[in-house]
Amino acid sequence: MIVYLTPPTFEQKVVLQHLHHYLPHQNPLKDFINDNVLKSFQDLPFHEALLTASTILGYKTYLYLNEYRALYANGKINPLLFQKIIIDQKGIEQWDIWEKKLLEKDYDTSLYNRLGQLHQIWTNHYHLNIEKEVHSFLFRLIGSYIDQGITLKKFPIKANGFLEAIQQLDKNSRWIPFFRSKRVKKLLHEPHISLQSLLDILVGDEAFYEQYLFDQQFAHAGWSGMVSVIENHPETLLDPRPVSLHDFILLELLLEIDALDTKFGVGNWEPLAKNITTDIVPLFNPVEKREVFEVYALWQEIYEWTFYDQVLRGLQLAPQEASIEKKTDFQAFFCIDDRECSLRRHLEKIANVATFGTAGFFNIEFYFQPEGGKFYTKSCPAPLNPHYLVKEKNIRKHHHKRDAHFSRQSRNLLGSWVISQTMGFWSAIELAWNIFKPTETPALVSSFRHMDRHSTLQYEHCENGETQSLQVGFTNEEMALRMETLLRSVGLVENFASLVYFVGHGASSVNNPHYAAYGCGACSGQTGSVNARLAAAMLNKKEVRKLLKEKGIDIPDSTQFVGALHDTTQDEILFYDEKILSDENRLRHKEHTKAFTEALTNNAKERSRRFLLIDTNKSAKKIHKQVKLRALSLFEPRSEWDHATNALCIVGRRQTNAHLFLDRRSFLNSYDYRKDKEGKYLLGILRAVAPVCGGINLQYYFACTDHYRLGAGSKLPHNVIGLVGVANGIDGDLRIGLPQQSVDIHDPIRLLVVVEHFPAVVKEVIQKDLTTYQWFENEWIHLVVIQPETKQLFRFTKGNFLPYEPITQTLPTINGLENLWTNSGENLPIYLMQ
Amino acid sequence: MLSNYIILGLIFLPVVGFLLTLLCGENQEKRISQIAFYTIASHFFGALGFIVYWLVNGAMPINLKEYILYESHSYVFLIDFYWDGLSAVYCLVAAFISFLIVRYSRYYMHLEKGYKRFFSTILFFYFAYNFTVLSGNFETLFIGWEMIGISSFLLIAFYRERYLPVRNAVKVFSVYRIGDIGILLAMWGSHHLWHDNITFLKLHNTHLVASVLAEHPLTSWFIGSCLLVAAAAKSGQFPFSSWVPRAMEGPTPSSAIFYGSLSIHFGLFLLIRTMPFWEPQWVLRLMIGFVGFTTAIVGYFTAKAQPTIKTQIAYASVAQIGLMFVELSLGFTTLAVVHFVGNAFLRTYQLLVSPSVVSYLIREQFYHFRPYQTRQYFPLGKSIHYGLYLLALREFYLDTLMSKIIFNPFKKIGSRLNFLTYRNVFYYFVPTYLLGWLAWFFKAYLPASVIYLMPELAGAIALLMIMKAFSEREYPLLAWLMVVQGHFWIALAVMHNDLMDWQELLWYLSGVVVAGWVGWVCLLWLRKKEPKYFNLYRYYGHNYEYQRLGGLFFFCTLGLMGFPITTTFIGEDLVFSHVSEKQFVLAFFLSSCFVIGGIALIRIYARLFLGNHAKVYHENPLQSS
Repeated sequence: MIVYLTPPTFEQKVVLQHLHHYLPHQNPLKDFINDNVLKSFQDLPFHEALLTASTILGYKTYLYLNEYRALYANGKINPLLFQKIIIDQKGIEQWDIWEKKLLEKDYDTSLYNRLGQLHQIWTNHYHLNIEKEVHSFLFRLIGSYIDQGITLKKFPIKANGFLEAIQQLDKNSRWIPFFRSKRVKKLLHEPHISLQSLLDILVGDEAFYEQYLFDQQFAHAGWSGMVSVIENHPETLLDPRPVSLHDFILLELLLEIDALDTKFGVGNWEPLAKNITTDIVPLFNPVEKREVFEVYALWQEIYEWTFYDQVLRGLQLAPQEASIEKKTDFQAFFCIDDRECSLRRHLEKIANVATFGTAGFFNIEFYFQPEGGKFYTKSCPAPLNPHYLVKEKNIRKHHHKRDAHFSRQSRNLLGSWVISQTMGFWSAIELAWNIFKPTETPALVSSFRHMDRHSTLQYEHCENGETQSLQVGFTNEEMALRMETLLRSVGLVENFASLVYFVGHGASSVNNPHYAAYGCGACSGQTGSVNARLAAAMLNKKEVRKLLKEKGIDIPDSTQFVGALHDTTQDEILFYDEKILSDENRLRHKEHTKAFTEALTNNAKERSRRFLLIDTNKSAKKIHKQVKLRALSLFEPRSEWDHATNALCIVGRRQTNAHLFLDRRSFLNSYDYRKDKEGKYLLGILRAVAPVCGGINLQYYFACTDHYRLGAGSKLPHNVIGLVGVANGIDGDLRIGLPQQSVDIHDPIRLLVVVEHFPAVVKEVIQKDLTTYQWFENEWIHLVVIQPETKQLFRFTKGNFLPYEPITQTLPTINGLENLWTNSGENLPIYLMQ
Repeated sequence: MLSNYIILGLIFLPVVGFLLTLLCGENQEKRISQIAFYTIASHFFGALGFIVYWLVNGAMPINLKEYILYESHSYVFLIDFYWDGLSAVYCLVAAFISFLIVRYSRYYMHLEKGYKRFFSTILFFYFAYNFTVLSGNFETLFIGWEMIGISSFLLIAFYRERYLPVRNAVKVFSVYRIGDIGILLAMWGSHHLWHDNITFLKLHNTHLVASVLAEHPLTSWFIGSCLLVAAAAKSGQFPFSSWVPRAMEGPTPSSAIFYGSLSIHFGLFLLIRTMPFWEPQWVLRLMIGFVGFTTAIVGYFTAKAQPTIKTQIAYASVAQIGLMFVELSLGFTTLAVVHFVGNAFLRTYQLLVSPSVVSYLIREQFYHFRPYQTRQYFPLGKSIHYGLYLLALREFYLDTLMSKIIFNPFKKIGSRLNFLTYRNVFYYFVPTYLLGWLAWFFKAYLPASVIYLMPELAGAIALLMIMKAFSEREYPLLAWLMVVQGHFWIALAVMHNDLMDWQELLWYLSGVVVAGWVGWVCLLWLRKKEPKYFNLYRYYGHNYEYQRLGGLFFFCTLGLMGFPITTTFIGEDLVFSHVSEKQFVLAFFLSSCFVIGGIALIRIYARLFLGNHAKVYHENPLQSS
């Protein structure tokens, strides 16, 4: 948060900057990326930020006090930790007082906020619901201007900006009044029109201008945020529209004046500042402490550490390491994603395999252009800006089928006269079919359609395919560099098995505007299949291997790499380029495929315990079939649970955490401290973990605590607008964040990152990157280091690593997890697996 | 005889389901959805079987014996059911679509707050729907019609803790109310036209109809126009179209069933049902054709310019219904029915898959992108082109038009009565009202001209009261009392008009008194509890804390507005039967009272109990969300 005093005079540039900073940063739906919705407050420590955001903007940032108390009463919160944390933070002498405060004291939990103090004067003093007058038309204008393909009749003017377009529209449609007030009409075409001049009319006192604009814009933060994002990243729209927050605000101010002029007549109303009767608290005045927020903060910490404590103790209880690592049949790379956590466990149980977790773009950053595609999609974490382009060639079949239900004719007059009398009847059959027997339809978003499995990829550098700014394909050196980093970061530099798999992931769903949130976060929400296939192809390349050998990574000739795609919704897997395998490897691959399939079936069964409408007593195979159907079912708002329940990220060797049952709640990144003593590769890992996993975690957190303002609310009434966002009904503001249906089972706790290394090294590493450091320093993510030799724990607090002693001593041991799947949909405790 | 029982079964089966769901607990998802599913499934297969049986047996229209609900010397209220090809089609389409939707919603609504409320309302709607399409006379139809209005209100305001759904529910309810009055006036007119309760079956007697039409061309035209107003309001035709997209606030399947397929086609149903009556009148046919044609044009342009998928489907659908009106006016009934069925299926499906539009169209854009070009509608020149675009974007101002022409005048007149407050209203009311009764007792001594004007005078006062209730913002109690008083003045007006006897008066006022009194107590209670949040300037969402009170008050509201749960419902009809065919002015006053009164009442309920909760100790939505 930027702390500043309201300037006595109005400086347009500064105010616009502030608005850009605080408005939500959510991309249009196709690029939906999980991110912290309170990003603007991230320069404050977590709890302070939550108090500040709540006080200023009225967000609900914690659970209800009753909810915490109920968790405690129901035994979901460890009483020992309750005691420990209160004493740690408040001192032993304050224990009694704070215990009472947490458990019994009545608090005023109202979310008083500073937003809207000025804007509501219109309602209270002028008896004019100005938002009602203005919003509907404003949203409609900006919606049809930005629209990416819903309207059949596009906005009729192509202009250099939103305001210019409106000016032209008004100038050329004199017979239909754009504004009702003649004065406003004149104002619109004035050459020197500015925010200042309009605010002079409306508000009339410069001291309040900024706050007024905040009130106004945050009354529809969704649309304002969208305009701000598009202004700063015009490329996020495939069909670009020049737009700016300035123009948008200007138009809104004009509409407000218009509404006032219409109700009272020009000159018959005073500017708002004349009617300020109560003290206006400036929006960004320092925030006063509220005791109830201290209570929330304590509860939150206790709630979180109740879970973390078990995990940390569990990590300490790792079995003794064998002196010689056993030889494995094959190795498999998975994405760090929490959804792969359980699949790896199942696979390890069935086969003699070593699995590795790493960010699912496999350290290859590029844009991907499918054959026939007119655009590129980014295949790497969103903050990166790749210089490479990879093209898909020689596909066997086009994946884009058409469906007349989405056609323009069906919304046209005569077209739909014909269609409704012919295809209408077909719709009935199709609908019935879809409801009783869901099948693939053109509306399905399927991860397998992202790339044709029979296609070839043009990934080798080629001189004559250059575009203006991108290089087509990678040179051998560039490939070797990326692959070296990849292998070293997970610690796989020797003992290669004959087959090594790269498993990317994607998701499938239908009827889901938030489909992009289900993809691979490390691939900008796209499917990770291209990256997996490329990683395999690069490592299979002789020239690359030669270069790697020079760098000290010797891959035996018999070793082959295979790319694959895991569909997390349907739990299916697809392997690429199997034909290049040698005869021996082909036989092995056949065996491994069986193992994968079995693991996926078991994984589906494990997941089904959270799908309340599936009978979990059935056999794994039957359940797997039902799970697959979820992806195809129109009526299923939760095709999968996506990242719900995520709470952990473990960066370390798999053998130090494979003994724990983590209930699909952990991001797992493989990392071998022994092969990276100075932490050179650790920085790269944490740099990705913080924004990607942290962003996901916090988006879930806040969608849980306030689904009206920090989440998208129930998705059931959502209406798609301009292909960029969803709103409730037809007059609503764009919704930000995750829908209610994504977070039903999520417990809002922050991410705990556990790194296996020496504290001194980790400290040095994180200090190298300021943005990453801020995540940990301000505790938006908890960081604990486990010393690999002594298994001692160190918690990162206020810039230092302090020893942490878990309260938990033993963990329940479980033999065979199968019984767990049939029991409940609740979060399970951490188990030691036999 | 067997047929009769089956038809009755088809009508009342959904009630059984509805009542059963009410017995379920809030979270018994499985039980609730099963009740709904099996009710509608058995209804669907029952209807299917019956239709086959009926077709095999010659497909003759069936009129079910009349059930007398009320009878006095001058007036009978009959419940009558009727089955013919049209009922069969409407019944089957609804059963099929609801069957699918219920199954769909079982999963879709999973874990949603209000799961039970959703299914109960759907079943209630389904009952109302069947009641309407199988009704055999106007009175019966009107009962179903009203129930549909209420279930619509409840489903639009499903997310009752938010501002927009509630505001739009009130808006849609208001338009429906106008439609209701069309039917009420049509009933009044036909009462005088036929001197009998005309059943739909009798309308097919061409000879009878022809003679009546020839005798009373003006009244016939009036009745037809009223029916057209009712049909246009319900089917979102010009100039009422703007409510349709605004109704899309509930969960998508409920929007699909209501505004995609079933509810929206009721206007068409009404027209086809009464076709033998208006078909010979070419003026009416022209009018229907005109309304349909205008809607088609308006809907066409509006749909094209809208940037949201549901608005677009709504206007596209409305435009198609416009075409059905045109087809009907040209006499192509079968075509219109086929068109209805196709449109219903198509729009249901389109609405259900509307969330898919993002991924589908983005993919389409990705592979088949053509850069943005601006093309003119016709080679008409920029000015017309841009103007037309702007008009289409603003839905031809239909939304503002509604409130400007219809509601604002009432509001303005009502606000002239601001000298009335909650405290002094009795001082004005009691003496004047007593005076009115005195005039009735001593009418023998009053000059004939006074007596002659008395009904209109009392009616005008009633309307004034109602207008005050409509415009009142400060005192909910005053608004409430004003509506109650309005009813009393209406009673007086009709008493002056002769013929209404004490028993009838009792029928009419007993409902008013009971509902009015209980509602008044509810309001007093709420005011005592929440003095700070008790006026009508904004929405207060007291349902959050006072759910039971809200439920009770809602019932009172329904009772007071003449919903078929109290005797006032029949009373309302009775009152009209005592307005003579020459008293157009009085009929206008009374019908306005019922329209505006209903809206005022629903607004009191909505503003106090629905919308954003005034207290902020929990997460609360913005007005725009």
